[in-house]
Amino acid sequence: MWPLSADDPSCHSSQSEQDNRYYAKLGLYPMLEPSTPAEARDMLVEAYRISEILGAPVLFRTTTRVNHARGAVDLRPAPAPVRKGRFDKDPQKFVTIPAYARLGRLEQLKRMDKALRLSEASELNFTVGASRVGVITSGVTYTYAREWLDGVEILKLGFTNPLPEEKVRKFLKGKQRVVVLEELEPYLEDEVRRIAQQGGINVEVLGKRTGHLPRAFEFSPDLILSLGSILQVRPGKEPLPAISVKLPARPPVLCAGCPHRSTYYAVKKAVGKEGAIYSTDIGCYTLGVQPPMQCADFVLCMGSSVGAAGGFVEATGQKVVAFIGDSTFFHAGLPGLINAVYNGHDFTLVILDNRTTAMTGHQPNPGVGREYGGVESIGLPIEPLVRACGVEHVRTVDPYDLKTTTEAVKEAIDHKGLSVVISKHVCPLAKKKEGKLVPVRYAIDQDKCVKCYTCVSRFSCPALSKEDGVVSVDLSLCIGCGCCAQVCPKQAIEVIQ
Amino acid sequence: MKYNIQLVGVGGQGVLLASTVLGNAAVAEGLEAAMSEVHGMAQRGGSVLCSVRMGQGILSPLMPLGSADLLLGFEPVETCRALSMVNRDSHIVTSIASVVPISVSAGTDTYPRVDDILEAIRSVNPNLVAIDATALAVQAGRAITANSVLVGAISAVKGFPLSRKRMLDSLLEVVPAKARDINVRAFELGFEKARSE
Repeated sequence: MWPLSADDPSCHSSQSEQDNRYYAKLGLYPMLEPSTPAEARDMLVEAYRISEILGAPVLFRTTTRVNHARGAVDLRPAPAPVRKGRFDKDPQKFVTIPAYARLGRLEQLKRMDKALRLSEASELNFTVGASRVGVITSGVTYTYAREWLDGVEILKLGFTNPLPEEKVRKFLKGKQRVVVLEELEPYLEDEVRRIAQQGGINVEVLGKRTGHLPRAFEFSPDLILSLGSILQVRPGKEPLPAISVKLPARPPVLCAGCPHRSTYYAVKKAVGKEGAIYSTDIGCYTLGVQPPMQCADFVLCMGSSVGAAGGFVEATGQKVVAFIGDSTFFHAGLPGLINAVYNGHDFTLVILDNRTTAMTGHQPNPGVGREYGGVESIGLPIEPLVRACGVEHVRTVDPYDLKTTTEAVKEAIDHKGLSVVISKHVCPLAKKKEGKLVPVRYAIDQDKCVKCYTCVSRFSCPALSKEDGVVSVDLSLCIGCGCCAQVCPKQAIEVIQ
Repeated sequence: MKYNIQLVGVGGQGVLLASTVLGNAAVAEGLEAAMSEVHGMAQRGGSVLCSVRMGQGILSPLMPLGSADLLLGFEPVETCRALSMVNRDSHIVTSIASVVPISVSAGTDTYPRVDDILEAIRSVNPNLVAIDATALAVQAGRAITANSVLVGAISAVKGFPLSRKRMLDSLLEVVPAKARDINVRAFELGFEKARSE
């Protein structure tokens, strides 16, 4: 068994930058770190093998630039999968009561001794080149070092817990200088320093502890090129100079016709000028943080919206509205909701039910059921589930009906005690993928338009644009949800087809 | 030989698909290839960056600033944003069809004149091919084939390491069978336009 943990240096789509390699140390299990897609393929075979030998999980640790990379991978015949095993009872191993846990601790330490021998012998740890200047590296950084460093001997580590101590010791001996190149924390570096100290090896080790390399954010070929004072780098090319044209920013936006936009518009209207604390969650809807919606004041992790909402209302007494998507609700929102019922918290939870897991590419969730992998199951309806948790005030609305949604949210906020609004409309992108989206064409009647710009400034759908003061509908983007037509105070936005 | 390509555009324009076409073509040619993609937190509307590297001794999915031999921009502002990836000798192919960001629609930001963008690029790099990919795609039969126009256009760039046939074959592997003819036309229109520039 190999759990995969993907770190995201530079937080391309994460809430925190952290180094999960420490989990392997914490949990006392071996770890492998691939550098490229092709190596990931080879390492998976090795991860299974090591796991079988040790009877332990192997942490398979990747990063963004390994995951979101492509390359040629040679496929080899896979062994026929064993679909079913048999559980042999072994309470001493599997039931962690204190008496057995103490034995387990000793077993784990013994296992790591065995893992060390595997690591020492592993071909996943190897050297390239020959020089008195060394580089110790792992993961994608190895690819940068190989392509943009000269005159170094590289120790490339793929089996990174436990480190091959003897191999590292041999590498350090006779080196003038060793630079440890790794993203995030000085995980390898600290071990290298420890091994050098224990082995009585006097070698200059440079890295994060010496201030030569940063702890924050991902590495890049450019970072390697900036190390000219401590390593020999291959010369780069002069980039074009900056030009004087001022460019508009282009942050990601909720799509044209996204039901979340309509829900946010209705919630803002229902909340009114007094405002509220918006506790939100992980999904496309986190984009509600941007103007003009600004419907995100707090987000941390999956499910945090509901739990934190209870905390906000208890600690401040302010009005609190929480948002969570359907998929996240099933994944991590339910315990928070039960907690809110149990503790009598008074806030409104809006469940943004778009019938899919949109942000990650439209995976199904328990609310829609599944039809893959030989399993068919029916969707679990959210409203009865919420009622069963003990919530008395529950309404389900279609956010494309702005008036009804606004009224429902207003009632929910005015309700004394916990209230839930389920704002349900299928993600138009998911519908498009299924070929079920039938666009309705809208256009703006320029005679009726009074140029109040409510549609562009308050609703802010990407299908609406303002040029030289004239608002128009981009028919290549508009899906015809009709919400802007409801927002327009002069009924100037009309169906044309 | 190492040949580096930087692709940029707006989410939903088919930047990833074009990168896949390039990567597959390189592998089919027997070259080593590495590709990197980051598409941000939303499905649509944000800036999208992809890099494709091909040749010998290719390991890294990323490349240093200034080292792209070719910049393919699906949108003029995005092309401008990525200029630091190329150098004076690099080739730049950009569509001039703009996609206006929401900051501009809402009136908080302004979109520069496309002519100003092109002039500014030409002032620092002489190898710019600017084409209206959307217009050519419409001429081919469907606006959605703009990315095929651009894939065709880069195939005509001087020094581009893959043949016209290799690129077209790779493109046709990823487009739906029923849209084959339209995509062939789009590819050829892009190719001819870039060659005549």
